[in-house]
Amino acid sequence: MTTTCAELDAITADKVIDARGAACPGPLLEAKKGMGSVPVGSIIEIWSTDPVTKSDIGAWSAKIGHDFLGSVTVDGYDRVLVRRGK
Amino acid sequence: MTDGISLVLFSGTTDKLHAAATIVAGAAAMGRPVNVLLQYWALDAFRADRIETDHGLAYDAMTPGSSRPVAGAAEIPWLETFRMAKELGDVTIQACSGSLETLGFKADRLDGLVDGPCGIASFLMAAEGGQILFI
Repeated sequence: MTTTCAELDAITADKVIDARGAACPGPLLEAKKGMGSVPVGSIIEIWSTDPVTKSDIGAWSAKIGHDFLGSVTVDGYDRVLVRRGK
Repeated sequence: MTDGISLVLFSGTTDKLHAAATIVAGAAAMGRPVNVLLQYWALDAFRADRIETDHGLAYDAMTPGSSRPVAGAAEIPWLETFRMAKELGDVTIQACSGSLETLGFKADRLDGLVDGPCGIASFLMAAEGGQILFI
């Protein structure tokens, strides 16, 4: 099921990770680190100015077993949302 | 075939150390075990008394008209990227015992990121069935 932008906007993440300004692989590493600090089922939101972060986080989620909810672009950065799957 | 990655890191300039760190950290984040074997100039870069210094750029950077890191080579976060990789994943960093002998120092002079010395046969055994990269 595809999550719409409006639905993504309405989500309140359990943890927000501000990785703006970091280049690859910084945002991915911050996401991995942050995911370890929340329980299964929680949603983390990664802020990134690196345009490849959303596709990287999507690939990482698929590999690890997390639920990639999607991303929205606001004010020059991406908000990437992932639900912890395991 | 295992999903492990083995990386022979030979080069000791900041740009190549960071390229290696990026692959290692990415693989670690993806849940893939990573084995790194440090040889020669990479090994020298991991000496405890040198690791925090500016390791410069590869010869390629000397080409007239080549691009340069925006903030300079010293600001490229290769060491922090390796540290995060070890913190977040299954990453082993070992020192080639032959290179230690050639360069004339012992493994106890290396930074704590390095797990210890390793012979080539042991490294290749650990690498068997997975991918091997050389930088």
